[in-house]
Amino acid sequence: MVKFIKHQVKTFGLLELFKGLALTGKYLFKKKITVRYPEEKTPLSPRFRGHHALRRYENGEERCIACKLCEAVCPANAITIESEERDDGSRRTTQYDIDMFKCIYCGFCEEACPVDAIVETRVFEYEFHERGPHIMTKDKLLAFGDKHEEQIAADRAADAKYR
Amino acid sequence: MVKVEINGQIVEAREGDMLIDVADEAQISIPRFCYHKKLSIAANCRMCLVEVEGAWKPLPACATPVTDGMKVHTKSAKAIAAQKSVMEFLLINHPLDCPICDQGGECELQDVAMDYGDDVSRYTEAKRIVGDRDAGSLIQTDMTRCIHCTRCVRFGQEVAGMMELGATGRSEWMEIGTYIEKSITSEMSGNMIDLCPVGALTSKPFRYSARAWELKSHNGIAPHDSMGSNIIVHSKDDEVKRVVPRENESINEVWLSDRDRFAYEGINSSERLTAPQIKQNGHWITVDWETALQFVVDGLKAKLTNSEKVGVLASPSATLEELHLLQKLARGLGVENIDHRLRQTDFSMDVNGYQTPSLQTSIDAIEKSDSVLLIGSYLRKELPILNHRIRKAALDNAQVHVVNPMSFDFNYKLANEIIADQDNLVSQLAAVAKAAVEITSENEQAWLDDIEVSDVHRQIVQSLKAADKAEIMLGQIAQSHASFARLQKIASVIAQETGATLNILPMAANDLGAHVVNCLPQKGKNVSQMLNDKLSVFINYGIEPEFDCVESQAALNAMKQADFVVNFALFDSASQREYADVLLPIASFAETAGTYVNANGLKQSFKMAVEPKGEAKAGWKVLRVLGNLFDLQGFEQTHSNEVLAEVLDNDQPQIDFNAVQVELDNADESYHMISPYAIDGIVRRSPSLQATPDANAQLTLRG
Ligand code: SF4
Ligand code: SF4
Ligand code: SF4
Ligand code: FES
Repeated sequence: MVKFIKHQVKTFGLLELFKGLALTGKYLFKKKITVRYPEEKTPLSPRFRGHHALRRYENGEERCIACKLCEAVCPANAITIESEERDDGSRRTTQYDIDMFKCIYCGFCEEACPVDAIVETRVFEYEFHERGPHIMTKDKLLAFGDKHEEQIAADRAADAKYR
Repeated sequence: MVKVEINGQIVEAREGDMLIDVADEAQISIPRFCYHKKLSIAANCRMCLVEVEGAWKPLPACATPVTDGMKVHTKSAKAIAAQKSVMEFLLINHPLDCPICDQGGECELQDVAMDYGDDVSRYTEAKRIVGDRDAGSLIQTDMTRCIHCTRCVRFGQEVAGMMELGATGRSEWMEIGTYIEKSITSEMSGNMIDLCPVGALTSKPFRYSARAWELKSHNGIAPHDSMGSNIIVHSKDDEVKRVVPRENESINEVWLSDRDRFAYEGINSSERLTAPQIKQNGHWITVDWETALQFVVDGLKAKLTNSEKVGVLASPSATLEELHLLQKLARGLGVENIDHRLRQTDFSMDVNGYQTPSLQTSIDAIEKSDSVLLIGSYLRKELPILNHRIRKAALDNAQVHVVNPMSFDFNYKLANEIIADQDNLVSQLAAVAKAAVEITSENEQAWLDDIEVSDVHRQIVQSLKAADKAEIMLGQIAQSHASFARLQKIASVIAQETGATLNILPMAANDLGAHVVNCLPQKGKNVSQMLNDKLSVFINYGIEPEFDCVESQAALNAMKQADFVVNFALFDSASQREYADVLLPIASFAETAGTYVNANGLKQSFKMAVEPKGEAKAGWKVLRVLGNLFDLQGFEQTHSNEVLAEVLDNDQPQIDFNAVQVELDNADESYHMISPYAIDGIVRRSPSLQATPDANAQLTLRG
C-alpha cells in the first residue's frame, strides 16, 4: 500500500521531468562550447596529425634518405617507396607515395622517421573528389612541406621538450 | 664422446669440438661475429664470451674446446656482463647509419645489439672514420662500419686463395683494405658480402634498391655453370633484385660464384624482348602470340618438305623441359639437324656415338682426391665451385697437374704445369699417355710410338697412378679445341692406364641434360655442318648464334643467308633483327619452372620466381603450343612436371673409348677460350660483371 502511494506521488509530481528541465536550463545559460566551424576553429595541438608533408633541410636538400622505415611501420600499408643511389652517391627515393585513402593518420610514420622527413601537419582541410589525386606523390609532399615549413618547424620545436 | 653441461642442459659432443659448435647443435644461441663455420678460428671479436666454471674469466666459445664434465653458462650474470661490454666496445666506433645502410634489416650487428646492446650510449668522444676502398664493380665498401672481424680477410686467404684484403694497423687504427691497388679479381668475391656481418661490404649492383624485409625469397638453381649451385632469388614487385646462395653442403656449401650471383642484372636489362615480333615485307611489327605462332607455323610448313635444310640450335642453358620439347617438336616435324654443342668445333668423335659430359665423382668427394690432371681448362673461371673443391684437395696435399695451351693463374699450387704454347697440346697430352702406357705396358698403343716422353710427363703419370683417388678433367679449352676427339681418346688412355676417373666437364647448366634428352643430331647435322651447309631455315632456341657459337662469323653468315629464321630469344638486338624473321620472347631462368641436370647428373627442379617480362612466356609452354599447332602427338602437358616425367628414365649416352681409333698426325691445334663473363646472353648483359677485370682480360681467340 505504501509502495502504491509512493508510486502515485512520483508519477503525478513530475519530479524527474523537472530534474531534466533543470539540467537543460543550466546549460541554456552556461558559456557555449559549440564551435561554428568553418567560421570558427578549435585550437590545435602541435601534435595534431593531419596532412603529410616531406621536409627539407635549410640548405634545400630533402631530408628523406629512403630508409623505408615509415613504409615498414605503416599499419595501413599506405606508403610506397622506391629508392636508388643518386648520382652523388647518396641514398634517395625515386618514388614516395602516400595513399591518403588508406592512411589512418596514426602518426607512426612520423614516429619512425630517423631524420624528421615525413611529418603530419596541422592541415586537415582537404578533400578528394575522385581517385588519383588522393595519392600524394613525393613532389606534392615536398611542395606541401615547403609551404608549411614555418608551422611544421614551430610545432616540432614546441613538442621537442616532451620527446 | 664427452658430456658437457650448457645452461644446465647435458649435451654430448666429440672431444676437441669448439664450444660454439656444440652449443649451435643443441640450439643454444651464443652471439658471434668473427666465427664462421667455413673459416678458420680467429677469436678476435670476443662477442662469444661465456662463463665456464673453473675459469676465472669468461672464455670465447668459438676458441674453447670442450672437455668432459665442463660446465658452461651462456646466460649467467658474468657471461651477459662480458657480452654487453664487448657490444659496447664494438658500437663505440660503429656509425649510427643503419637507415642508409643496405645491411639494415639483415645485419648481425643490429640483431646482436638488440639483444645485448644498451639503449643509450655512454660514449661521447669522436668516432673514427675510415676511407672507403675501391673494390671494383661488384662490392661496395663502407669501411667506417667495419668491426674488424677479419672474416673477409680469412675468406681471401683460405677460400679465394688470394691475399686481396688484409688488415693493417692495430686497435683503433686497424683498417681492412685491398692490399694492392687493384680491384678484387676473385671469381668468388661476392661471398664476402654474405660473410661480412655488418654493412662494410655490400653488393654494389643491389645498392639502395630494396630493403631485406621487402624481398620475397624463391628457391632456385644457378643457371650459368654446370654445378647446379643452390640459390635463392630475391624479388620485389616481380623483379629480381638479387641472388644469394642457398646452403647445400654437397654442392656449393655456402658459396656462390660471382657469375651466378650478379648475372641476374641481365634479366632486368632494357634489351629484354618483351613482345613477339615478325618481319613482314622487310618491316618489323609487334604482334600478339597467336599471330606470331601462326606466322611460324606457316613459314615452317612451307619449308618442311625439305627438312634436311632445317636446323635447330639449342642453348645448353635452357631447362630440361624446354630442350626435351624442342627436340620432340623438331623430330615430330621430321627435322634431324638438332644440336646444342655450340662451343665445340671437332665433332669427329660423333661417329662413335655420344659421350655425355659429366663429373663422375660427386662434387663434395672431389676435395678428397689425391691427384688431379686438368686438361685444357682454366677451371678457376670456368667452374669456380668445382675449382674450390680442388683447391681444398690441393691444400690437403693433393697434386694438381695441368696441361694447358697457356699459363693461367690458379689459386693453388700446381705440382706440374705443361704449357703447350708451341701449338702442341695434343702431342704433350699424348706424351703423358705414352708415359702411362710405358709404366704399365699392358696394352699396345702403337699410335703413340712417335711421341717423345720427358720427366714431367712421367711424374704426372706416377702421381695419378699412385693416387687412391685420381681425376682427369677436360675443360672448356679442350672441348673447344679443334682436336677434341684426339684429346678425349688420349685422356681416356691415361685414365685407363692409371686407374684415374675420366671427366669431360659439362660447362653450361644443362650440357648434361641436353645429352639426356637427346638434343643431339642422331641422324642429322651437327652445329658445324649446319652453320657451313647453307641451310634455309634455322630455329635458334635461347641463343644469339653470333655470340654463343664459337664459329661466330660462320654462324652470322649462315643466319644471314637463310630464308627463314625463328629466334626464341630473351633479348632483342639489332643483329638478330637483321637476319631473323620471327622473334619469340621466352622466359629467363627466374621466370619459368624447370629442371637443370648438374655435372653429377643430379636433376634439380625449381619453380617460377617472378612473372616473365612483358609478353614473354615460359619456353616449354610456347613449344607445347607450337606442337599443338602442328597437330603433333604428345604435346598435351599442362604442367612442367609432366614434361619432366617423360625424360626421367632417359640414359646418358656413353662411348667405349677403347674401340675408338685416332691419328695423331696433323692435329689441328686451334682452340677457343670463352671469357667467363661472355658465356650466355644474361651474363653478357650484366653491366657489373662486364666491368670486372675478368670480363675485360685480353682473351686469346685463336683458330
Ligand atoms: S599516419 Fe599511419 S597510416 Fe598514415 S601513412 Fe603514416 S603510418 Fe601509415
Ligand atoms: S620519410 Fe623518413 S622514415 Fe620514411 S623513408 Fe624517408 S627517411 Fe625513412
Ligand atoms: S669488412 Fe666486414 S668482414 Fe671484413 S673485417 Fe670488416 S666487418 Fe669483418
Ligand atoms: S666469435 Fe668468438 S671471438 Fe669472435
